[in-house]
Amino acid sequence: MHIPDGYLSPQTYVPLYGAFVAVTIVAVKKIKKEMSARNIPFLGMASAFSFIIMMFNIPIPGGTTGHAVGSAVIAIILGPWSAVVGVSVALIVQALMFGDGGITTIGANCFNMAIVMPFIAYFTFNIFYKVIKKKGKIGISAFISGYISLSFAAILTAIEFGIQPLIAMASDGKALYCPYNLKIAIPAMAIEHLLLFSIIEGIITALIVKYFVKAEPQMIYFLNKGRKNE
Amino acid sequence: MNKLQKKTLIFLIVLALVSPLGILLPKYFNSGEAWGEWSADTLKEQIGYTPEGIKKNSETWKAPLSEYTVNTEDKSILHQSFYYILSGIIGTGIALIITYIISKKLIRNDKQNP
Repeated sequence: MHIPDGYLSPQTYVPLYGAFVAVTIVAVKKIKKEMSARNIPFLGMASAFSFIIMMFNIPIPGGTTGHAVGSAVIAIILGPWSAVVGVSVALIVQALMFGDGGITTIGANCFNMAIVMPFIAYFTFNIFYKVIKKKGKIGISAFISGYISLSFAAILTAIEFGIQPLIAMASDGKALYCPYNLKIAIPAMAIEHLLLFSIIEGIITALIVKYFVKAEPQMIYFLNKGRKNE
Repeated sequence: MNKLQKKTLIFLIVLALVSPLGILLPKYFNSGEAWGEWSADTLKEQIGYTPEGIKKNSETWKAPLSEYTVNTEDKSILHQSFYYILSGIIGTGIALIITYIISKKLIRNDKQNP
């Protein structure tokens, strides 16, 4: 899901850079307002977690690879605004230091994995957490949250890839950027995520959220929203 | 550092140490690059040419540890695993420190005017 340089046209990556910067400015303000000092080490470790979990490429035998992102678990435990900053830092380090994801596409990659994904995750979690009345609803809601948010982010990435042939073509009909259209990109990205990678994201999200809720319920964002505990 | 912080940190270090699974499993199952992340050469094999924008832009940046290694030519498992772990430790370390400093700055500022 790390879009490399050259796959997106400037018409696509420039607006996404703009959206990324705008949301980050809001995130900074929200973190100032919402987070307390004892969250600081966890914010750092959340970013590190997102970085390392993305290095675990999961293979589809004979096919492609994919990976979890960690945005869902961070959004539930530390809040979606913290996830915006933590995951963005991880993605920028990956692009600059390791060439994983392009430089021109930092805005796009952060938009998909560090903005859209944690917010979808957070809202999905909250909806299911309220609707489900059974015991174990935290784990179930967290799984669904991870599953849906990564699938959504993957399809969004596929749309960004797939609209490139519509935006620009060379005069000889050859592609200038990503050569695959929506009809190819969306099924390819959707199927591999819905059937495998998102399930992994869901399991990771459920296990870690359950562990943290048990270990330190007073630091969990969704349980203490809007309150500052010192 | 409290107990949960210590445990989380140990968990991160363990993940970094076993991170080569992220390259060994795909190798074992004969899986290729992620969808949409093909190199210019792979793309040329797929569609017969390299799109102009990809040709021009794919070399915009030379990352110091490109593809989480120092030498993409050396395919030996030991070499790749070693640099993958090293990359994991460097990357998680940098991400952790940067985000820690950012949040420390943000959250401390806030405390001066509650």
